[in-house]
Amino acid sequence: MATTLPVPDTSTDVSPRRISRKSTGADAVFVQSIRVVGATVLVITGGVGIFLGWQAWPTLQHYGISFFTETTWQPEADILGIRAVLTGTICVALVAMSIAFPLALVTALYISEYAPSFLRSTLVSMVDLMAAVPSIIWGLWGYFLIMPHASELAVWLDRNFGWVPFFDVENADPNAPVVDISRYSFSMFCAGIAVAMMVLPMSCAVMRQVFSQTPPGEKEAALALGATKWGMIRAVVLPFGRGGIIGGTMLGLGRALGETIAVLLILSPSFEAKWRVLEIGGNTVSALIAGRFGDASKSQLSALLAAGFVLFIITLIVNTVAAVIVNRSRSGAGTDA
Amino acid sequence: MTAVPQTDAPAVGQTHLPTYDADAAPPVPRSSLGKPTLDERFALIGSWVAALALAWLITQRLLPLEGLPWFLIAWFVCGLAVNAVTASMSGGMVEVRDRVAASVVTVGAMIVGAVLVSAVVFVVVRGWRPLMHLNFFVDDMSGVGPKDPFDEGGVAHAVLGSLIQVGIAVAITLPLGVGTAVFMSEVGGRFARVVRTVVEAMTALPSIVAGLFIYTVFIVALGYPRSGLAAALAIGVMMLPIIARASDVVLRVVPGGLREASLALGASRWKTVWYVVLPTARPGLATACILGIARGIGETSPVLLTSGNAPFFVTNPTDGVMNSLPLFIYSTVRSGEPNSIARAFAAGTVLMAVVLVLFITARLIARPKKAKKVRPSRRLTGGTNRFGLNLRTADPLVEMGPVSSDGDTPYPPDSTEGAP
Repeated sequence: MATTLPVPDTSTDVSPRRISRKSTGADAVFVQSIRVVGATVLVITGGVGIFLGWQAWPTLQHYGISFFTETTWQPEADILGIRAVLTGTICVALVAMSIAFPLALVTALYISEYAPSFLRSTLVSMVDLMAAVPSIIWGLWGYFLIMPHASELAVWLDRNFGWVPFFDVENADPNAPVVDISRYSFSMFCAGIAVAMMVLPMSCAVMRQVFSQTPPGEKEAALALGATKWGMIRAVVLPFGRGGIIGGTMLGLGRALGETIAVLLILSPSFEAKWRVLEIGGNTVSALIAGRFGDASKSQLSALLAAGFVLFIITLIVNTVAAVIVNRSRSGAGTDA
Repeated sequence: MTAVPQTDAPAVGQTHLPTYDADAAPPVPRSSLGKPTLDERFALIGSWVAALALAWLITQRLLPLEGLPWFLIAWFVCGLAVNAVTASMSGGMVEVRDRVAASVVTVGAMIVGAVLVSAVVFVVVRGWRPLMHLNFFVDDMSGVGPKDPFDEGGVAHAVLGSLIQVGIAVAITLPLGVGTAVFMSEVGGRFARVVRTVVEAMTALPSIVAGLFIYTVFIVALGYPRSGLAAALAIGVMMLPIIARASDVVLRVVPGGLREASLALGASRWKTVWYVVLPTARPGLATACILGIARGIGETSPVLLTSGNAPFFVTNPTDGVMNSLPLFIYSTVRSGEPNSIARAFAAGTVLMAVVLVLFITARLIARPKKAKKVRPSRRLTGGTNRFGLNLRTADPLVEMGPVSSDGDTPYPPDSTEGAP
């Protein structure tokens, strides 16, 4: 058996084939059309943001810095500002997060560490289902089921911790024989509870995902060294998941800032920049928009859009910071696999 | 073990060897390493029963704390205390901390579960009476006042309106959203990065601002009336970034090897996308879309600004006001009449049922095909479906995207299942 080697053909000049990544034929059509789709979506989504900024500009120019320092919203008197609604937005979001954060953290820990393994996927589905419950349902729940109890809790808090500025309620005596319960209802505290239940599943899902990424080798090492389960969680799971905890919380915060319908249902609107969360009344940016858009003239609409723009910017900053934090933790840096 | 060399070393850092009690009973062998022993289980259950009794004593006999909430709080606090005491009987401070932490975590998770169950049960119970009448599902509310009995009127017009609005919104956003996701993950390049940045930024857009945008542009500036179409556009503006981003997340975890294999076999990029990438990601894409729809159908604020509130059937989305389920709930509950509120709760039950059906469909589509039959080997196939697509890490509900960007997670989420 002889092997014949191919004889190189030297008659023509052979140069390597040119490799091009440029698409041809149907591929070019595909790439170009899908690029058009992407550009359309860019125009739509980016257009919303640019439109908001463009509409907000005249208002911001007209009112200047007073747009951020004025509390009242009286367009007919040409006085308006978002200090009160901005304070209210932050208050509701803070109340919501101070309830949602511990519950989300322990739920995520329970699902990833304590729950029996046959229950785990059911529990994950339940948390996801909780995220899918519409916000109006949480509004009804907060208004009819929680608010009576929450106002009683508010009376108790005012009675015992009234010296804390947060828990003070003006024009109401918690020690009176018959407490005026209406001063303690329809408050930012009640609205915050409903909002908390909306943001809890989202924070919980992010935390659980990061916890479940903890390297099992390090967890088993901690247990092998004699750590209890809690010791293992404190030494391994929580430090590893720190980015997820912070990021998930901030994502929830971003959602809580923009929540409308539960706040609109529960909170009785008032224009006063206050931090007394237990007291009746308050307002948020989104509730202001929902309440005032109907009878708004062109300039008022611009003012509402400016308020919406400010809210969007705040949410955007919070979400971006959250994404950066979670992304950084996601790589699992600082652990050897 | 008896010959312990005693030295006069300084006390700091001294090692004490344990002393053995020769008379002690032989240790009971544990049946398994992970599970608590009979003793531990008895201590745990006993502690909570003791705490229940203590809580009753405190709230009913000693302190003026009435009502179920105080009783539950007292039970929880007493439970922690008794657990700490029983733990300190068998171990040191470390054990006490472990037991208390376990109790806190378990009770916290139970609170969250109770909240979810209470919300669902509460809405169903409050809306039970209207739900018992068949006309609630087939009639509209035209000519029905807020005080009228439940055998008149229904929410069929709101259900129809919701379906039409969300249908239009989906017809617009689904091709655009999935197309953008394909563009971002399959074509790439500098422009795709710009698109991805903007889309991710716009997921932060509060839904009320999306509604206000459509209201300003479509209704005030262009002069169209409030209509189902406007509401559909508002929902679409809200849903578009959500669906685009969730689909992008799903497409990014399609293994690169599949794409390369297809291209290496000579398929064009278009064929690769159509015959390899999209079918592989189909369950994930379906989940992303259905969850986006569930979000869109339940969102009230964009609809509140754009659709208006009609009490009768409207089938033409461009023809004036049109009702939808969330808006119906909001407007009827605002009227304050007890019958109206009951109707709102019944409509809430219908809305929850719709969302639940969508949700279960999404879960069934996304469920890993073989995971139930064979217990997956620990490191390799945790939660992957038959295409090797890990849907747990690519869960579109978690808006953070895949946990590992290359789709090849070193530690799949289920890999800790066997840890004690």
